[in-house]
Amino acid sequence: MKARELNEARAITPHATPMKGFVAAAAVVVIAAIAIFVASKGLSNYTVTLLALLFINAALAVSLTLTNGLTGLFSLGHPAFMTIGAYVAAILTFSARRKGSMLPDLPDWLASTEWSMLPALLVAGLAGGLVALAIGGAVLRLKGHYLAVATLGLIIVVQGLATNWDGITRGGSGISGLPRYVDIWWAFGFLVLVVAVTWRIKFSSLGRAMMAVRENELAAKCSGINAARLKILAFVIGAIMAAMAGALLAHLISVVTPKTYSVLLAFNIVVMVVIGGSGSIMGALLAATVITIVSESLRPVEESVGLYGLSQVIVALCLILVLYLKPSGLFGSGEPVVIRKLFSGRQEP
Amino acid sequence: MSQYLFQQLINGLALGSLYALVAIGFSMIYGIVRLINFAHGDLVMIGAFSTLALVSAGVPWPVILIFVLAIGALAGMAIETIIFRPMRGASPVTGFIATLAVSIAIQNSALMILSGQPRNFLFPAFMRQRIEFSGVNASLTDLVIIVLTLLLIGGLFLVVYRTKLGTAMRATAENLMAARLMGVAVNRTILAAFAIGSALAAVSGLFWGGKFGQIDPLLGFVPGLKAFVACVIGGVGSIGGAMLGGYILGLAEVLFVGLLPQEFSGYRDTFVFLLLIVILLVKPSGLFARNTEERA
Repeated sequence: MKARELNEARAITPHATPMKGFVAAAAVVVIAAIAIFVASKGLSNYTVTLLALLFINAALAVSLTLTNGLTGLFSLGHPAFMTIGAYVAAILTFSARRKGSMLPDLPDWLASTEWSMLPALLVAGLAGGLVALAIGGAVLRLKGHYLAVATLGLIIVVQGLATNWDGITRGGSGISGLPRYVDIWWAFGFLVLVVAVTWRIKFSSLGRAMMAVRENELAAKCSGINAARLKILAFVIGAIMAAMAGALLAHLISVVTPKTYSVLLAFNIVVMVVIGGSGSIMGALLAATVITIVSESLRPVEESVGLYGLSQVIVALCLILVLYLKPSGLFGSGEPVVIRKLFSGRQEP
Repeated sequence: MSQYLFQQLINGLALGSLYALVAIGFSMIYGIVRLINFAHGDLVMIGAFSTLALVSAGVPWPVILIFVLAIGALAGMAIETIIFRPMRGASPVTGFIATLAVSIAIQNSALMILSGQPRNFLFPAFMRQRIEFSGVNASLTDLVIIVLTLLLIGGLFLVVYRTKLGTAMRATAENLMAARLMGVAVNRTILAAFAIGSALAAVSGLFWGGKFGQIDPLLGFVPGLKAFVACVIGGVGSIGGAMLGGYILGLAEVLFVGLLPQEFSGYRDTFVFLLLIVILLVKPSGLFARNTEERA
């Protein structure tokens, strides 16, 4: 980390005047909520769903900021945890009447239940977190691109299980006709939660310890940081958020299949984190917004001209350009000055 | 040896040849520039579609083979010069994300140009027959794939261990800076490694289409990943290790499907990637690593 960024990190430690930062954050959330309320009255259903999708994408990018950006674990495993979360929630909320015929191998106590969204969401997050905890101890011994490929393998392992475990997951055709519990307010609430949690972690001693591990693991260990435990923590928190996002998306589009959350999605989220700057929450938010809007507005173009894949090519080329011109991303590891002043409750030194 | 097992063996060796051809290039590129090149798998797709185009144009097969080698080499050189050379010296993770981006860009460009519709081409009729010897029969396609692969790999070993270019490659892989100081034209050597590796991957695409009969723009992704698995088995960076890793992976996959009950065959890829994770954890430097390198 550069000296300038270190200074930033020091200057924005929230213990200065936490109240002011909290009030500012609450004000932003209220203003955004009013804007969404107005927007949801005036805009078409399609646009509102798109907005919800944007919020969930942004939450995914921010959650990956914690794992990949702050702690430097290059994980591509988000779609694996999303798939786990989506299936767990889907099985819990699916109509009990249809479970008997469509998911014959479910144990009786599961086959007769029909949960509402909130408990299903919590259990989905728990499931993702437990899986991450179970494999984290082993996989996190790897570094850099070895970790990346191992987590990529995890996506394929989970997809393989979902495709072949017919009686529980309905195989390749997936579970469709899920209750559409999720609307824009769920997505917005989730985004606020994820940003708040990530922000709190980043500007605490925990977050600084994570950045220390990212910059130099050996040095971090020497100064008494338990790097292994910290890495697992970051991995598990990221996985919990990913699993919940997967469950929310599934209940927004009312279907989940083994291929819903693919390697391409992992790539897109990583692009958002890299373009925003690894470790920058605002950067991830901004990049997620821009990339979602760009690829969604290119969709009609793709369809009218028949050039499917155009938006992905553009996203990929943008990434290469950013890596080439500004490898540290938009904001590096920090947050833009305006945001820092607003939320940290302390002026620049 | 029972006939069934023998056929599985041939089948596994043929599949292993496909993986080995991709894995060797993967390993060469890693050995020299320390770059896990995700776009490498997409050269399989480029090779397969080049073959399709050449077959439709009525070009005779031996010429197709040479053309596909050349197209693969050119594509690899283009990718290296345009994208990876400006990024040389970046952190391993930056390089890795860049290759992932190149792979996505190639796949989706192909999707735009060729559409997602699967297509196919056929090997000439004589190659599709089955031949018998001493009571067991095998598909000639598989045998041709195995023999041609071994010839190509033999040629590669000659280049690497008997020519000046090969010496330069090994020197660069050993220590890029020292090689440069000793007067090795490092950029040209790296370009050659990309060209050779990509040519082999493209030929693997030719075989892939001929063996499985169906090709689509996204077909390179899984072989690319599996080539990485093969490299890990053999020890990333070593050419011989990548070759052996490819054959081990091909045989393991075929035996997994062939010896276990039918209902497990869908778990083939799951098995391969579990194998990867286990090997990374138990023996991270690979089974045949020449030098122990930091992997974890």
